[in-house]
Amino acid sequence: MKDEQKGAPRTMPIQSATFSNPVNAEIRRAAATGIYDIRGGGAKRKLPHFDDLLFLGASMSRYPLEGYRERCDTNVTLGTRFAKNPIKLDIPVTIAGMSFGALSGGAKEALGRGATMAGTSTTTGDGGMTEEERGHSNKLVYQYLPSRYGMNPDDLRRCDAIEIVVGQGAKPGGGGMLLGQKISDRVAEMRNLPKGIDQRSACRHPDWTGPDDLEIKILELREITNWEKPIYIKVGGARPYFDTTLAVKAGADVVVLDGMQGGTAATQDVFIEHVGQPILACIREAVRALQDLDMHREVQLVVSGGIRTGADVAKAMALGADAVAIGTAALIALGDNDPKWEAEYNALGTTAGAYDDWHEGQDPAGITTQDPELMKRFDPIEGGRRLNNYLKVMTLEAQTIARACGKNHLHNLEPEDLCALTLEAAAMAKIPLAGTDWYPGKPGTAY
Amino acid sequence: MQTFDLEAQGLRALNSTLHAQADTTNQTQWKIVNPKGSHAIAVGLDAPIEVNIKGSTGYYCAGMNKQATVHVHGSVGPGTAENMMSGMVVVEGDASQYAGATGHGGTLIIKGNASSRCGISMKGIDIIVHGNIGHMSAFMAQSGNLVVCGDAGEALGDSLYEAKLFVRGSVKSLGADCIEKEMRPEHVTLLEELLERGGCNAKASEFKRYGSARQLYNFNIDNAY
Repeated sequence: MKDEQKGAPRTMPIQSATFSNPVNAEIRRAAATGIYDIRGGGAKRKLPHFDDLLFLGASMSRYPLEGYRERCDTNVTLGTRFAKNPIKLDIPVTIAGMSFGALSGGAKEALGRGATMAGTSTTTGDGGMTEEERGHSNKLVYQYLPSRYGMNPDDLRRCDAIEIVVGQGAKPGGGGMLLGQKISDRVAEMRNLPKGIDQRSACRHPDWTGPDDLEIKILELREITNWEKPIYIKVGGARPYFDTTLAVKAGADVVVLDGMQGGTAATQDVFIEHVGQPILACIREAVRALQDLDMHREVQLVVSGGIRTGADVAKAMALGADAVAIGTAALIALGDNDPKWEAEYNALGTTAGAYDDWHEGQDPAGITTQDPELMKRFDPIEGGRRLNNYLKVMTLEAQTIARACGKNHLHNLEPEDLCALTLEAAAMAKIPLAGTDWYPGKPGTAY
Repeated sequence: MQTFDLEAQGLRALNSTLHAQADTTNQTQWKIVNPKGSHAIAVGLDAPIEVNIKGSTGYYCAGMNKQATVHVHGSVGPGTAENMMSGMVVVEGDASQYAGATGHGGTLIIKGNASSRCGISMKGIDIIVHGNIGHMSAFMAQSGNLVVCGDAGEALGDSLYEAKLFVRGSVKSLGADCIEKEMRPEHVTLLEELLERGGCNAKASEFKRYGSARQLYNFNIDNAY
């Protein structure tokens, strides 16, 4: 260093936005191990979401309902198109499909207990139907998945609805894997595979290949179940307009649309973060498809992926959904990622709130595990009580907002009740940017 | 013998009538005429009855069958006997794709040829094919037995688990993790029983056995938090 440079101001070290510390750490991890990361938890990057929308509330041109007094209904009926026995729910917040195997039997029981107390449905998952969830779920949706693990006609007939899973928000186009350490004797028996081996879930159905085939598959399922059960079709947030159109064409009673924040499925990190669309970008396109077919409200739309609060519920419904489904939020309500287990999360190399290796079966909360000792930590009765409380709060929050918008039913919320905080949210949700009457792509405008 | 004219009486009436048969029914013999390639014929049966279908069928004939014997006097479309739990399905002609897909039990006998993905993801069913089978058959097959008296197409048994595959003719190629295995005495005994059950004019000694190399059973899945 020359003398005249001594003591002179120096260039400040700047962390690259492209090669950030987390990015560099992942490069080093990949270089050391030679294998990609698999995790649950859904997309963790910041995405346009319901937080980017606001309700306008009542004003001179809108008349509100009295907050705690006036009636604001929350019920919803799913499966009115073809099924003899549509599902009638007290609240529009349902529990998304999560498998026995991924979750413990106690956790499945708690989901059933909580959902039943709250007057809503829960959903099976890959791996078949357990007595815990059937016994404790007043309304149980039976998933029909590519793997067909545990699939049988008796359970088809004792469910309340059938959900044909085409895709998930966390991994549209991808299959799954349940690691061997979670394959207990019971899980192995239900899936007809040896104990302890990794169990792959196929990415596509074994006996149909497109919407024309699916229409015939649905005919078969309806014939087997005497046309009693509503048939849902679940798709990941990929091409919501066309996927919804084709699902309706194939004969769906209900379309379930899962955005990329959908978090309970384990898959490659790169898949979670780089495939699919956020749910905010999907809802209006799905609703447009239903409206173009004159099927909005005739075929119900259930949306999921990052639903956390009553505000999220209300916003999803204002955008045109009939109901929502929760997965990650339900697990958190049960006690997953609770800071009281912080020391054990630390021992696993993570921290409460960030734990996402649910697939590995070491969950300190005893929820996403088949380890008998860990499972003892989870009380399904207390878990059910907590879930019911959470669902009640979400419903009350949504009602509060609806009343403030002058709506006597959550279904009466509408896009006009909303404004957008960002251009991205305005464009995706087709909601005017706050302070304007414009959103990008609005018909009749130049941009 | 009860005769049901599918063209005249319709699919819903057929399946609801067959579903109404209890374990103790004395109406055990059924004949279905005029199937004309219809889909979802005789699906979800759950009684010890015998159903003879006089003609060819469309998709998913005898899907999710339990207990019943369904005999198709013709050819079948895709997904026949899919997810069968028990009982027997016999096809006199050929079978399209996905025959016996995900079947948990029972026996499927195809006296002609079977197309691609025969026995895909099978979970305990026994499938006996007198002729040839197409590509990607027994993909991810978990358990049960697949017997092929003719030839097998490409990628037989790809990503196989514990199902046993027996092929008399040529195999165009084996899928990932599928290998030829030793035919031990217990396999010969098993195969002889399957051949007899399937009414096959073949000797067990003419077959080769294929199974999983079990190299894909455990994936080194995670090195990260």
